[in-house]
Amino acid sequence: MAVTSMIGARIQRREDPKLITGHGNFIDDVSLVNMAHMSVVRSPHAHARIRSIDTSRALASKGVVAVLTAADFKGVILGPLPVTNSFVADKKQVPEQFPIAAEEAVYAGEPVAVVIADDRYLADDAAQLVSVDYEPLPAVMDLEKAMEPGSPLVKSDRPDNIGWDAAFPAGDIDAAFAEADFVLKERIGQQRVFPTAMETRGCVADYVPYDNRCTLWTSTQVPHFIRLFVGGALGVPESQFRVVSHDVGGGFGAKLRPYPEEYLATAASKITERPVKWIEDRTESLQATTHGRGQIFDVEVAAKRDGTLLGLKFTQLLDIGAYHGVFSAFQVVACLLGGGCYEWKAINARSIGIFTNRMSTDPYRGAGRPEATHLVERVVDLVAREIGMDPAEVRRKNFITAFPHTNNFGLVYDSGEYEKSLDRAMANIDYPALRKRQEELRAQGRYTGIGFSTYVEICGLGPSSATAPAAGIALVESSMVRVHPAGSVTVSVGTHAHGQSHETTFAQIVADTLGVPYDSVEIRHGDTGDTPFGYGTYGSRSLAVGGMAIMASCHKVVEKAKKLAAHAFEASEEDIVVDHGRYFVRGNPGEAKALAELAFASYGAGLPEGMEHGLEAVSYFDPPNFVWPFGCHICAVEVDPETGAVSIDRYVAVDDCGNVINPMVVDGQLHGGIAQGISQALFEEVQYDDATGQMLTGTMLDYLIPTMAEMPHFELDRTVTPSPTNELGVKGIGEAGTIASSIAVINAITDALAPFGIKHVEMPARPDRLWSMIKEARA
Amino acid sequence: MITAAFEYARPGSVDEAQSLLTKYGADAKLIAGGQSLIPLMRLRLSQPTALIDIQGIPGLKEVRRDDGFVEIGALVRHVDIQRNATLRETLPLLVEMANDVGDSQVRNLGTIGGVIAHGDAAGDYNSLALMLDAEIVTNKRRHQARDFFRDIFTTALEHDEVVTAVRFPVSTGRFAYTKFRRRLYDWAIAGVAVQESGSSWRVGYVNLARTPRRGAAVERALAGGASAADAAAQSGSDIDPTGDVRATAEYKRHLAEVLTARTLQQATMAA
Repeated sequence: MAVTSMIGARIQRREDPKLITGHGNFIDDVSLVNMAHMSVVRSPHAHARIRSIDTSRALASKGVVAVLTAADFKGVILGPLPVTNSFVADKKQVPEQFPIAAEEAVYAGEPVAVVIADDRYLADDAAQLVSVDYEPLPAVMDLEKAMEPGSPLVKSDRPDNIGWDAAFPAGDIDAAFAEADFVLKERIGQQRVFPTAMETRGCVADYVPYDNRCTLWTSTQVPHFIRLFVGGALGVPESQFRVVSHDVGGGFGAKLRPYPEEYLATAASKITERPVKWIEDRTESLQATTHGRGQIFDVEVAAKRDGTLLGLKFTQLLDIGAYHGVFSAFQVVACLLGGGCYEWKAINARSIGIFTNRMSTDPYRGAGRPEATHLVERVVDLVAREIGMDPAEVRRKNFITAFPHTNNFGLVYDSGEYEKSLDRAMANIDYPALRKRQEELRAQGRYTGIGFSTYVEICGLGPSSATAPAAGIALVESSMVRVHPAGSVTVSVGTHAHGQSHETTFAQIVADTLGVPYDSVEIRHGDTGDTPFGYGTYGSRSLAVGGMAIMASCHKVVEKAKKLAAHAFEASEEDIVVDHGRYFVRGNPGEAKALAELAFASYGAGLPEGMEHGLEAVSYFDPPNFVWPFGCHICAVEVDPETGAVSIDRYVAVDDCGNVINPMVVDGQLHGGIAQGISQALFEEVQYDDATGQMLTGTMLDYLIPTMAEMPHFELDRTVTPSPTNELGVKGIGEAGTIASSIAVINAITDALAPFGIKHVEMPARPDRLWSMIKEARA
Repeated sequence: MITAAFEYARPGSVDEAQSLLTKYGADAKLIAGGQSLIPLMRLRLSQPTALIDIQGIPGLKEVRRDDGFVEIGALVRHVDIQRNATLRETLPLLVEMANDVGDSQVRNLGTIGGVIAHGDAAGDYNSLALMLDAEIVTNKRRHQARDFFRDIFTTALEHDEVVTAVRFPVSTGRFAYTKFRRRLYDWAIAGVAVQESGSSWRVGYVNLARTPRRGAAVERALAGGASAADAAAQSGSDIDPTGDVRATAEYKRHLAEVLTARTLQQATMAA
């Protein structure tokens, strides 16, 4: 039978024929009868008092249905945007964010009015006619100045600009530092970046007044979460509120929260009694979709001359933006993972969340783990440079080797073989030859460098035992598996997909677990109307948590099918053997029933005494632990010392995400992930004017998203260390590439520039920045 | 990202285009490939009241050799330049520049007339026109390229003037073009073009001042027998870059010198 080993099969994505022939169903494809269009008037100022808003000219403009400001929404939207505890339960302040500014706009791009019109052109025309009288106020842009007493305030009703100040001590840090032969200090930045999904955000809200019922189509990673909060704020019970999210053209963490526009469009639909569509244009997206990173780390490392790492102290300054993101404190996980895959006697971390007059930051692919990896991998290279030891050997000397391993903060790494992936990557890139070539080229005045990144990351969010104390919630996942009378299978899940290939990989799991043909399995997600509650897709959780919820339901179905088979064969259940979807009595495989036959029987007459009809199951899975992917990336670069231009000559990655469901999907996730990390290392940077708070990178012309032409060939390989945490033995791979790659590139550049005495390079490693550093070093 | 409302007209002749420009007045704009204008309109940085689409006008898509000149119709697209056998023989440096313009979508729509009329210092062809003493032919007159590019995005064109062709001197000597950029599809952060012309060299600078620039000081140094590196050291007096989100002015000055030397070396080594 062809259904025996779908798990692990390199099969093509089921999603692709539809998407690549233009038959996807994205948010702008949704069109309803009598639909009106929303255009959002946004503050051009980073910080300004709103003296008055004159909507009269806009109201008189052609095709305009309504022009609404905060005052109009006050009685309709009943609550503020949510803020979760994430890793800091005791924040110093959690200012309430209403979806639209009333008296004070606090970031450039904040909504101040919306225009509802018959089409989007007319809405945009009228939006230009809304006249807002602003009194500009000082923009708070610099993290350190914002912390000073007497600093201007991000919003005038706040006591100061500090969102949180949380300490994460682990071990006797003074003793660790007292043992040290040397201590090194560095400041390591994480510039703000745009998550930049190919499909911008957007939504269509259809509020039906007669029975207080609403459908919201939206481009999101978390449909159930959106229903919970937007429905709640609009006073529509979950039973009456349906969130639908069909194909989603990328999320990268920026679509895992409810946004102001979802509240505004829904409320506008309620006010105007028409369906309301809003599609975010790219400039709006850059201003008003959450940003990632935006952090500064001040780090001190204590080590011995033999390369032994002892202690790590660091402070994370995190630019929250004007309001907390829904998960702004999630990136604080960088503190708990700052030790990476190494043994430390003690770690002392502190995170300070600081408000500025910028768009909020929120999780972006990796969310705290890229920052942690960048930090610790940079630190290890600084130590290696200081003592003249090969950076690979410093890593090898300090690797965690025994598993499960409890890290300094009590997190339990489930399984790993760090040295094996390092060895494999070094062999794949032929490290000794590369070092020899580097020496030869240096003699010719050419500057090549080799950079390592040996990473470990936490994913599979998350066990309720860990998430409940921090976030007050259990990040479980759900599934409903229904075998229809003729044998096809519908699987409805609480996760969603925005490029992860779940329709393919989940079906592979079901095909094997139930022993049914792959093509007979249909995966449904993204519609709260026909899927069980789930927390959605982010944090590389969908397989390790959602996939296990599917397994659990499949097992329940198999258990019932065994009972049905026993009944059919008039045998005892213990004597029923299940082999690749065939059910037979032990010793008599010739006379077997397929699952489809048992399914048909389950809906018919003559069931065993007391058995309910049907063949289906619902499961919720609460994982016992997180899962911990790891690996080693090595990047080889050449820097042109005259222009500062960097070219990547080789990029080798050996990743370990446990057992693999579909190698092609894993490779695809790595390609995209590595590209995003390289992009942060070399290209991307959200720039605001420091004085005015105006965004300087407001178009894709100024914000550098690289193309395929700028990417090296990715030489991928893997090791397989199954996770003991779950039955599938799987971990996660959606973020690993991004977590690992930025620092592989930066370490390579720093290595290339070692002859100039350059010890550290900040991101993005722009040519002009490198040229200035080389010039200064030469002077 | 959505344009404001505008009138649209599609004239069948240059004369008709001119009278439409007069009719619609100062806020009307000619459009051909639209690769510069439409992005500005989508950002509402440009809100023309009328677009006069000249793509249907016959006779503006020819490439002709004419004595010592090659005349290129205003509607000749980048992709046409890339594929044109006459241009490959008479003006290979233009073909090289066309190969590096934007991406295929841009090259399939954008025209040489649009580049010239837009007057962007980042428009590669403008610097070539300037350094080779090209002529810009319109419905009203012939402009010398050296008098044509007046200021940032400002040319000598009057409101009712329509660019119909660009006449380049046939230039078959050694040449090279270096376009320094972060991404393959970007404009140049700095571009340097060199063309051997008889016994002398012509040098042009892309995106290194408010207007396209000719490397006059570098050319003089080369004529005086300077090495590529020594001549390149003169580039500073030929340019006047400003800093932006891509790079500082200081870095662009440095790049101009490095790229001038490298481009000259590349051209002479290619012989």
